[in-house]
Order: sequence, then structure tokens, then C-alpha cells
Amino acid sequence: MSIAIGQQGPIAAPPPPEPDPLPVNYLNNGYSIWSWLFTVDHKRIGILYLVSISIFFVAGGIAAGVVRLNLLQPDGAIVTEDAYNRAFTAHGVMMLFFFLIPAVPAVFGNFFIPMMIGAKDLAFPKLNLASWYVFMLGAILAIWSVLAGGIDTGWTLYPPYSTRASQSHVIPGVVGVFISGFSSIMTGLNIMVTIHKMRAPGMTWGRLPLFVWALYATSLIQLLATPVVAITLLLIVVERMMGVGIFDPTIGGDPILFQHMFWFYSHPAVYIMILPGMGVISEVLTCFSRKNIFGYHAVAWSSVGIAVVGFLLWAHHMFVAGISFYAALLFSLLSMLVAVPSAIKVFNWTATLYRGSISFHAPMLFSLGFVVLFIIGGLTGLFLATLGTDIHLHDTYFVVAHFHFVMVGGMVMGYFAGLHYWWPKMTGRMYSDWWSRVAAIIIIVGFFFTFIPQFYIGYHGMPRRYPNYPHEFQIFNVMSTAGASILGIGYLMPAVYLTLSLFYGPKAPANPWSATGLEWQCPSPPSVHNFDKTPVVVCGPYEYAIGVDQMGRGLPEPPGVDDNPARRSGITGPAGPMNKETEVVG
Amino acid sequence: MSASTHSPVLKHHFEDLGQQHACERLGIWMFLATEILFFGGLFGAYAMYRIWYPHEFELASSHLNRTLATINTIFLITSSLTMTLAIRSAKLGQRGALIGNLLITAALATAFMVVKGFEYAEDFHEQLVPGPGFGTHYHQEAVSRGLDPAKIQLFLCFYYVMTGIHGIHILVGIGCILWVTWEAWRGTIPPENYSTVEIVSLYWHLVDAIWLFLMPLLYLAGAGMKH
Repeated sequence: MSIAIGQQGPIAAPPPPEPDPLPVNYLNNGYSIWSWLFTVDHKRIGILYLVSISIFFVAGGIAAGVVRLNLLQPDGAIVTEDAYNRAFTAHGVMMLFFFLIPAVPAVFGNFFIPMMIGAKDLAFPKLNLASWYVFMLGAILAIWSVLAGGIDTGWTLYPPYSTRASQSHVIPGVVGVFISGFSSIMTGLNIMVTIHKMRAPGMTWGRLPLFVWALYATSLIQLLATPVVAITLLLIVVERMMGVGIFDPTIGGDPILFQHMFWFYSHPAVYIMILPGMGVISEVLTCFSRKNIFGYHAVAWSSVGIAVVGFLLWAHHMFVAGISFYAALLFSLLSMLVAVPSAIKVFNWTATLYRGSISFHAPMLFSLGFVVLFIIGGLTGLFLATLGTDIHLHDTYFVVAHFHFVMVGGMVMGYFAGLHYWWPKMTGRMYSDWWSRVAAIIIIVGFFFTFIPQFYIGYHGMPRRYPNYPHEFQIFNVMSTAGASILGIGYLMPAVYLTLSLFYGPKAPANPWSATGLEWQCPSPPSVHNFDKTPVVVCGPYEYAIGVDQMGRGLPEPPGVDDNPARRSGITGPAGPMNKETEVVG
Repeated sequence: MSASTHSPVLKHHFEDLGQQHACERLGIWMFLATEILFFGGLFGAYAMYRIWYPHEFELASSHLNRTLATINTIFLITSSLTMTLAIRSAKLGQRGALIGNLLITAALATAFMVVKGFEYAEDFHEQLVPGPGFGTHYHQEAVSRGLDPAKIQLFLCFYYVMTGIHGIHILVGIGCILWVTWEAWRGTIPPENYSTVEIVSLYWHLVDAIWLFLMPLLYLAGAGMKH
């Protein structure tokens, strides 16, 4: 059978009727609503998260649309200034707490960590399900606060405005974020224990896929940083509800203390968002350049390095808030230090690409987009880490552009790369190769149009969160809004072709990308317990050069590449032809 | 699955009981780390203000009821002992002793909450509360000593938030202990699965240990203060 990717049109013909009854997999093992709502299967919980965060992504996107449309005119095009405040707060809260933080850990982490390390499930399946319910409870409260009129404080919730002055629905929103934080802790704890204790025989730390390393570092931050923001948000609620408080300057409290405690979580939290994306990129870049990763240990340990150093630089958000000059100096230095492990990753990815047999399928396009956009986002971060330039650039659109390059250009790209890479495994269906490539290119182009102008106007002094601006900035804001429209169309396209692939897409083979990880040794979609027998791992995670998977068997023919090292060196294995389900040897 | 040959307490996704217990132990230790950071935020903030406003904090602390707090400390330390004895009973398979020890622990924890409730009632009655209800006599006392009454209220904020959150932890602990008691009564905690008791006990010891920090920070900060 020919490889079912590449030459297909947008909507491929329905698959031929199946002669055998479908083998039991995690999707057809029960169809009732209760079989989903009470499931403890990590794969189904991953799908629950996927559906939920997709909804929140759309909600946050609509709020972003309101913000961008309003900025078309210098004095506000569509909404009042008060509504504008509520729109950008809704955008920030939705995207950060209910999309970016759970995006990769709770969807792909839940789904693939057990499969990648050869386990049947996460260590605590019931805790995993509980995390989804807690997450949804928090999300419903946050959405209710938006629908009831919104919050106008910005997602950073600085007191005393958020506790005394703001007339908006701060309490339900803050309680929602507080509650959803516990789901983040539960996911992190579960993944960390699973990686420590549930690895298959032979899956040593040095053979873990880099995605697993990245998620380990992420879980460390989720575990150790989230409790601090939880107590901080609780104090905000107490302060607002009771009229007493710890950050209230009228009773001797210090609002700067809130900023310290808030950023002690919220700065490491940006590494919760970006590290999993980096993990996805490490998987995809190696697979689609058919090369072993360059510098495995450097990439693995740089994830841990980012997690650890990430805890030590929160106060660079507060350079103009009145902190000590010497503290600022130290935090400036430490902020630059985190660029080192990030750069190590980028250099190793580039070296991996060098002289690889690169094929440009959608996951690869998203990953290459990630690398380019992350470099820009990362380097502009250094401008902001530098004390002198930060005084000039602080709270301007330069900052907005910087963190959107990292968060959207980095993390959302990584999320889409992962979604396209693992979609055949999760659903058992191939999506349209052509349309997915087009979508990737549209998203990257739209992204550049949206955020490059913001660097310019930010450098020239347009502050963030202001609804009004001088006339000379209008052309750049129009460009930015136009780019956001392209970006919006780009984000809608995957929703269409991925949904269509569920009904019309050709059946995915077990290993459509000819990848080496253990997750590709399960059938697509995976069976209920992932592996019939516990797999035995015999080699590293990226043996593309000799063309063997982690169980030491030959890889199938890679898509779009003529040269298969496995065939050249005469290695064959039970993996065999692409369309057969693989057996798992014990 | 080939679970038929395994112990009935082995969950299906683990290879063996050793792996299951290792996961449970690591999981609870990680959870304790999150708890320490949760309270750590409060302790850090307290430490900062304590250093900034030492005299106000001493004066405010001297009005708290140290007798009740001492009784409560004795209750909690004793409950940690009975909790540890419960682990031993579970290990030895002594079901009666296990249930007995767990019930004594739960009773001591409940006694703690009852005493705490009386203490709160007394504080409210004396208007030892931050915010609009703050007693004028406390206000005047602070002013007469040249201290800022606002910072007395700040201490009281910490007092109520810290003991309140700790109290919620005690209530959760009572729930967990009663759940283990119920499981022990049903006979689902055989000696090879004693780690269930151990895990609840680790949580309980943490709640106890946090009180051992709260007690000196809140009640003994003003112990040398004369009225």
C-alpha cells in the first residue's frame, strides 16, 4: 500500500470497508458519555483536555480579536475603554491559565508520557481524572466572571487596584485561576512520579525521549511554583472580600510584595509554557530530518537548567517598580543567564538539521517556524533583561511583541507541531497533507505581520494596555490587526481539516512518520492498555542514522524520503510494512 | 490481564506492589513539597513584615491566648504519636489496634478544632480582628505606645489567614483519617498494603509540623511583652 500522506487532496476518499472487525482501542472501547466522563484512561483524559482547551483557545482568540479590532483607530474603534480593559484581561487569563499552561502537558503529556516510557498508564489515573474536573471547575468560574461583566485589572491582578478600586468581577475570576492551579499541580505531580517510577525495562534516563525530559522539567516548575501563586491569589481574595489584607498599603502592607509573590510563580510559569513546546520540537526536528539529535545530553539538561534558573529571575518584571538597584542588577544578570540553556537548545536543533534528509510535512513546518520565531522572541528578551534598555521598553508594545513571539510563535507553534505530529496516533486518521502545510505557512506569515509592527511601535513608546495612541502609530496598528486576521484564518484551518480527517481521512498506519519512539509501536489509535506486553528498550530515542526504533527493530519507509538506512543496512523487524499493526516483543 | 495471580490490592497499571508503593510514596512527598511552598509564601511574607514592624507584631501577638494554643500543641503532637502507632499496627496486621489508633488520632484532631473554635470566638468577642471591626481599645493601646494600629491589624491578617488555612488542612486530615479507618474496618488494608496508612500519616505529620512553626511565630512572638 502506498503511503497515505503527501499526495492526498483536501478531502480524501472514504477508506475501503474493513474486512475484519476493528480491534479494540481506547476510542471504540465504550461510546457512552459516562465512559468518557468517568474514564481513568490517560489517553481519554488527554482527549478531554484537548477538547476543553480548544474551546478556551477560541474564547481567548475572540477576546484578542476585540482588542486588535479596537486598536484599528487611535481613539478606539469598536468598544469603550472600560470594555477594552476587560477584553485584554479576558484574553490574558484565558490564554495563559486555560490554554498555554495545560496545552502540551495536559494533552500530549497525559496522552504520550506513559506510551513513550512504556507504561500502561500514569501513576495516579484517578488523580488524573480529578485534575480535569478541577480544571473545568476553575475554567467555568473564570468564564462566568467574563460573561458576568469581566475583569479589568489585566491578568497580573496587581493590588491595590484589584483589591480596592476595581469595580469588576475579580473574585470569581481569581478563584477560578486559583482552582485551576491545583489541576496543574496534579498533572505535574502525576507526570513526574510516572517518569521516575514507571519506565519500562531498559528505558534509562539517558534513553528517555527529549519530550519526556522537557515535561519532567515542566512538572518540576508546576509542582514548586504553582502553590506560591495559589496562596497569593487566596490573599487577594481575602483582601477584597473582607476589606483587610496583607498587600493593602492603608494597613501597612506592601503591594510590591504581591508582585514578588506573583512573579515567583508567573515567571517560572512562562517556562511551564515554553519547555513542553521545546520538547515537541526536539521530537519533530529529528524525525523529519532523519538524523539523530545533536547533543542529546545538552538538550536534555538544558531543559532542567531552564527550569532551575527560571526560578531565580522573577524580579525582572519589576525593574521600574521601585526595587533595590542591587537586586535589579542581580536579576538582570540571572535573566541573561537563562538565555544560555535556551541557546544551547537552538544550536543543537540547528546542528541536527544540518545535512539531514529534511521533509517538509506540517509538523516540520510548524517546528521550523518555532525555531525562527523563538530565536527572535528569545533575543528580544535579552533587550528586556538589560536594565538600561528595560527602563525605556518597560510596559510597551515591545514587551507585548516579545512575549507573543515566545508564547505564540514558540509555544502555540510547538503545540500545533505536536498536534499534527501525533494526530494520526491519537485518532488513527491521516489529515490532509496539503492543507496542513498551507495552514502552517499562513500561520507563520500572519504571525510576522501581527507582531513585527508591535516591536516598532513599542520601541517608539506605545504603552501596552492603553486603548488610545497617537495618530502616527495607526498604520502599524492596522498592519498588526491585518496580520491578526490572517493568523485567525490560519488557526481556523486546522479545526476544519483535522475535524474532516476524523470522518474522511485515510486510516493511519502505526508509524506514519517512521519515528523511533515507543509511542509509535502501539497501534493507531492505541489499544486500551497501550502495550500487550511491557516493551523492552534496547537503544536511544533517536537512532535515525541506523534506522532502528527504541526496541531495536527496523523502521518502516519514511514518508517523502527515498533513503531508508534500515533497508540499506539490511535491518528488518516485526515493524515491517507501514500499514500493519506492529507486534510488541516482550 | 494477568492480575489474577497478584495481590488484590495491586492496581492494574502497576507491575508489582513494590512499584505501586514506590509511586505512592514519591507522590505524597512531592505533594508535601507543594504544601511547604504553599505555606512558604505565607511564612515569607510574615517574615518580611515581622522584620519591618517588630514592636507592632509583639504587641498584637501578646493578646492571643497562649494557654489554648499550648493545649492545642499537646493535642497535635500526641496525635502524631498515635498516627505513627497506627502504621505499626497496620504493618503487624493488628486490625483492632489500627482502628483504635486512627480513631484516637481523629479525636485529638477534632479536639484541636473545637479548642480553636472557642479561641476564635473569644478573639471575635474581644474585637481582636482586622478591618472595620478592629477594637478601639486595641487602637488606643497601640497609639499610647507610639505604635501604628494599622500594623497590628496586619499581624491579625496573618493570624487569621495562617491559622484558618491550617485549620482547613486539619479538617481534610480528619476526613482522610476517617476514610482510612473505614477501609481498615472493611479489611482492605492488609499488612502488605500498609502504605495507605503511611501516606495519610505523612500528610498528618506535615500538618502537625506546620503548627509547630505557627505556634512560635504567632503566639510566642509577643511572649515577653508586658501590659
